[in-house]
Amino acid sequence: MSATVVHTSAPAHHHYTTLGLDSRKVAIWAFIGSECMLFVSLISTYLIYKGRSVVGPLPHEVWTDPTTGQVFKPILNIPVTSASTFVLLMSSLFMVLALAAVQNKELPKRTRGERILGSSKLWLWATAIAGATFLGFQAFEFTSFVHEGLTIRRNLFGSTFFTLTGFHGAHVTAGVLWLVTLLAIDYRRGLTSRDSLLVDISALYWHFVDVVWIVIFTLVYLIK
Amino acid sequence: MDSHASMTNLPDSAEAHAHAPHGEVEHAHPTWSTYWKVALILTLITVGEVWAYYIPSFVASRGFVPTLLILSALKFVIVVMFYMHLKYDHRLFRVLFTGPLLIAGLTLIALMFLFGHLFIKVM
Repeated sequence: MSATVVHTSAPAHHHYTTLGLDSRKVAIWAFIGSECMLFVSLISTYLIYKGRSVVGPLPHEVWTDPTTGQVFKPILNIPVTSASTFVLLMSSLFMVLALAAVQNKELPKRTRGERILGSSKLWLWATAIAGATFLGFQAFEFTSFVHEGLTIRRNLFGSTFFTLTGFHGAHVTAGVLWLVTLLAIDYRRGLTSRDSLLVDISALYWHFVDVVWIVIFTLVYLIK
Repeated sequence: MDSHASMTNLPDSAEAHAHAPHGEVEHAHPTWSTYWKVALILTLITVGEVWAYYIPSFVASRGFVPTLLILSALKFVIVVMFYMHLKYDHRLFRVLFTGPLLIAGLTLIALMFLFGHLFIKVM
């Protein structure tokens, strides 16, 4: 498909600001701005306490308990987290494809490829499944950490790590639920180009959750 | 087939003009092929980051942390510009996003100084 056309039909009841912008979209950007501050405060806390844990397990270093002699391996599992990061990145791709599909709903779909690209249900499902998969990875990671002795009360790393990634996971969970509601609307009456703002707002939230993870992945997992 | 030429993106444009004679209207959003290319670039950058993590000599070097921070910032900007359409949307959205982000970033840097994670060489 060579062209992306967004239809101009507007909903019956408008919510425009004096700038001609939809106030719901202004609101989601203001909300995302405030969320930036929330996550930077959590990231700041993590960074301030980084390397100041008195007891292990530690993120990148081996730690031996002086009283028991028990050896704790570095706790972070980079291959698993890299896979979950890739899944979340792909979910952002699926989300923009879902938005494009809704925006172009009324365009004729001639080929099979155009029908696949134009299926909002397919891309919304793909995004929701990718989000749920990311949460599955996170559940696996948290469970394995607890089995290896790292809890939220164990040390400063545990407290700041579980708080930061837990908050992010809660945001992903909210995003998945939001996607499920969009899917319910799509199955119930079908999303049309008139609903593109609904999908656009949820997409902005979803991409924000993705960019937060981009920062967390580098600062928490990769930088030693 | 890329961003602007082959498409017209005018979400509620008539209404936007009617309500905002002096305001800006949204510009065209990228096409599907742009989205796929962006996803490929993001994946390659992520692969590069993880690869760098497994090179001990590079991890031990001074360039490791700045490189990862730059790559991460690059991914951040790409997602915000292309997937969140900030490059194409009204500048008020840019202000609403970058304003708090700037305040938060400066607060982070200030906290790093306060808690001794960053140092200024005096004299």
